[in-house]
Amino acid sequence: MSAIFSIFAVLVLVLAAYLGVQVVKLHQFFGVYFPYAAIVLFLVGFVYRILKWAKAPVPFRIPTTCGQQKSHDWLPHAKLESPFTTMQVIGRMTLEILFFRSLFRNTRSSYREGDKRFVYGPTKWLWLAGLAFHYSFLVIFIRHFKFFAEPVPAFVKIAQDLDGFFQIGLPILYLTDVVILAAVTYLFLRRVFLPQVRYISLANDYFPLMLILAIAITGVWMRYFGKVDVVGVKTLATGLISLRPTIPPTIGALFYVHLFLVSVLFAYFPWSKLMHMGGVFLSPTRNLANNNRAVQHVNVWNYPVKTHSYAEYEEEFHGVMTKAGYPALDKEYPSEAEGDAAKPEGKEE
Amino acid sequence: MADKTPKADELAKDIHYDLPAAGWMDTKVDFEERKGNWCYSGIPRALEYVEFPNPRVWQPDQADWKLPSNWKEIILEGMSKRLDMYRTFRLFMDICVRCGACADKCHFFLGSGDPKNMPVLRGELLRSVYRKEHTLGGKVFGRLAGARELTEDVLREWFYYFYQCTECRRCSVFCPYGIDTAEITMMGRELMNLVGVNINWVMEPVSNCFRTGNHLGIQPHAFKDNIEFAADDLEEITGIRVDLSFNRKGAEVLFITPSADYFGDPHYYTFLGYLALFHEIGLDYTFSSYASEGGNFGLFTSHEMMKRLNAKMYDEAKRLKVKWILGGECGHMWRVVHQYMGTMNGPASFLEQPVSPITKTVFDNASSTKMVHIAEFTADLIKHDAIKLDPSRNDHWRVTYHDSCNPARAMGLLEEPRYILNKVCNNFFEMPENTIREQTFCCGSGAGLGTDENLEMRMRGGYPRANAVQYVQKQHDVNMLACMCAIDKATLLPLMHYWAPGVEVGGIHELVGNALVLRNEEKEREMDLRQEPLTGKEKADE
Repeated sequence: MSAIFSIFAVLVLVLAAYLGVQVVKLHQFFGVYFPYAAIVLFLVGFVYRILKWAKAPVPFRIPTTCGQQKSHDWLPHAKLESPFTTMQVIGRMTLEILFFRSLFRNTRSSYREGDKRFVYGPTKWLWLAGLAFHYSFLVIFIRHFKFFAEPVPAFVKIAQDLDGFFQIGLPILYLTDVVILAAVTYLFLRRVFLPQVRYISLANDYFPLMLILAIAITGVWMRYFGKVDVVGVKTLATGLISLRPTIPPTIGALFYVHLFLVSVLFAYFPWSKLMHMGGVFLSPTRNLANNNRAVQHVNVWNYPVKTHSYAEYEEEFHGVMTKAGYPALDKEYPSEAEGDAAKPEGKEE
Repeated sequence: MADKTPKADELAKDIHYDLPAAGWMDTKVDFEERKGNWCYSGIPRALEYVEFPNPRVWQPDQADWKLPSNWKEIILEGMSKRLDMYRTFRLFMDICVRCGACADKCHFFLGSGDPKNMPVLRGELLRSVYRKEHTLGGKVFGRLAGARELTEDVLREWFYYFYQCTECRRCSVFCPYGIDTAEITMMGRELMNLVGVNINWVMEPVSNCFRTGNHLGIQPHAFKDNIEFAADDLEEITGIRVDLSFNRKGAEVLFITPSADYFGDPHYYTFLGYLALFHEIGLDYTFSSYASEGGNFGLFTSHEMMKRLNAKMYDEAKRLKVKWILGGECGHMWRVVHQYMGTMNGPASFLEQPVSPITKTVFDNASSTKMVHIAEFTADLIKHDAIKLDPSRNDHWRVTYHDSCNPARAMGLLEEPRYILNKVCNNFFEMPENTIREQTFCCGSGAGLGTDENLEMRMRGGYPRANAVQYVQKQHDVNMLACMCAIDKATLLPLMHYWAPGVEVGGIHELVGNALVLRNEEKEREMDLRQEPLTGKEKADE
């Protein structure tokens, strides 16, 4: 249901842009106004969301430790799984952000009914597809800088060259184009076909995948099949970035579909789960050192609470304490016949 | 045992992962039908004693929960407030991508097959309400965006599933964003407590502990009696009389351990181990009847209650003018001590840097909180040959080790217990690697769920752990499941009787106490701390 809705929503977006440009001739809207609005929404939204998180304090130091703590020198301390210093935390976060360390740990559990055993095997598919998707997205994003800058910066050229390393076909096939299509398709299909994942999936999960898939497909189509007017695109792109937008008449409607979908992605990004991109940096179970007992952590809203003081305790129990031969109490009490407090309330645990 | 509880072989055949046809927003909890899988409500007296809201007589399977008329506003307001107080809460509500990596990591999911025990869905129970109240998408698109209204049915679901999570954090090890379901469960429970929705197995220990200093409600005279009785037992076993002191000012060390250690079984044997060890090394320590509890069931209600109970440790250390605090074997106690105590009730500037008086080792990793874990302390003693051990005295045990959730995933206390075990016994076998260390499986009864009316769910949730024990029992004839947690000791025992009969449960310091050769021990030890004959010392049939 949510999957179908998402596919439908993306199709509507595609059609809207196509018809909008082809029939209604809204080139200015799809080529200039909407992209600008999307970027503003993205920037404002992204900053807003990050600030919203950052404003919430981290009252307690609660790292999830995934390895041996630092204690005795002669015990092997797992510096990256249970970091003690800031540098070690940076190490842990680097592994997490660049290599998806935690997801790499993933296992698949199953219950063998024959011998009644739980078995756990490593499963790397989600990790691999996730990593492949994110890195190909990043390279494609970088490659697109060529449209915005003249001369094309060196790092963009390097990205292009590496991406087209095998020099297959003409125009040269970019590996990332293949990888992103495969990875997004995998991520989408696992949501549809794995029963547990389907059960937890929302429209919020299918929609971004479909949107990105549509962006990739339109992009691939333009590069390898549709032969978009690259010079025209570059004129539009440099115009947009220098805030002097012009609409070259030679660009086909498909390009506007691509641009519109990208703009929707930007606009949608900060208000969705895609913000995990920013959130992963802030996660207190990962970005804090496991040095709780060595370094005082301060809670900014730590407020005094009502406790049961020793004095109150002694007041209640001094009778039985004196009888049981405890050392001198803090206060002196007049001796009294009735000293026993209420009956003990034992509970087995 | 609830009579409805299925037998182990029936339950073993009843592990299924079929999903209901209806989506998760359309299924409700039927408490009547699910008896054996939930806990009774907190009794009014317990709530009143700690001034918790809405004390009343009610039970979860009743139609009327007797909530205050504005219960919904109270919870939603509490939610808004906490979103601004805890970054984890806000972040974990926002960034889950529902990748599903956590789904089959939860022992309750593995043992029950209930999809709402997948950590991701447990989170969605709260997230759906968060979206409705706090996100644009949720407000506009509602259900389509995974948002829903907070209703009494939702609250019932919260109760069922947030008291079906042991806050063990195993899922958080695998989450690519480190989303910690324990944080979500803690928030869920905190919110429910605002309207008096809680369980007695948590609330009664909390109120007991507030009043008497320990969960079991043991008053000072009984506290002293119990411990003196333990000294008598130890004398019978070893022939050595140990000195004890209570509430003694000026001792070097205050020793705090879970109350079950001096009141429960098999904890008691570990307690005997402590007494023997402290005597042997001549530790200048004292017990306190006021701080007579290491554990902290406040952790299972709210951050505030946790702080209220925890305050006793530092207050008493200050009053008795000790130099530092030594803590016994416990799981959630160490979550609180390691991750919360210094922040909540510190800084402990009135204490001194903990140093082992015997080896002079400085415990750098505890220089701020000034509380040392007994496994760290004992491992150091053994490393420095400060005690003499005869591991053959544990030859009647074939031992495996269960990492307790909190020492493993909130401290990283993994090697110390293993180092000790390898020195005090000759037969130690690890369980399969996906079930130990940071991937350890919960006993299924943590976070206050270890009560008998919840037995079926405990046996289900504990099954992945027990299943790994069954494996080493078969492979290596293991007959002793060692652990370092009071809740484990209490609840792994019935779990073993259910799933792996023949396996006993004991603490690390029980095995230490067995192996420890006391300096003035005149006669050869005939029996272990359980007063069972040692291997080779069995009496011939009479």
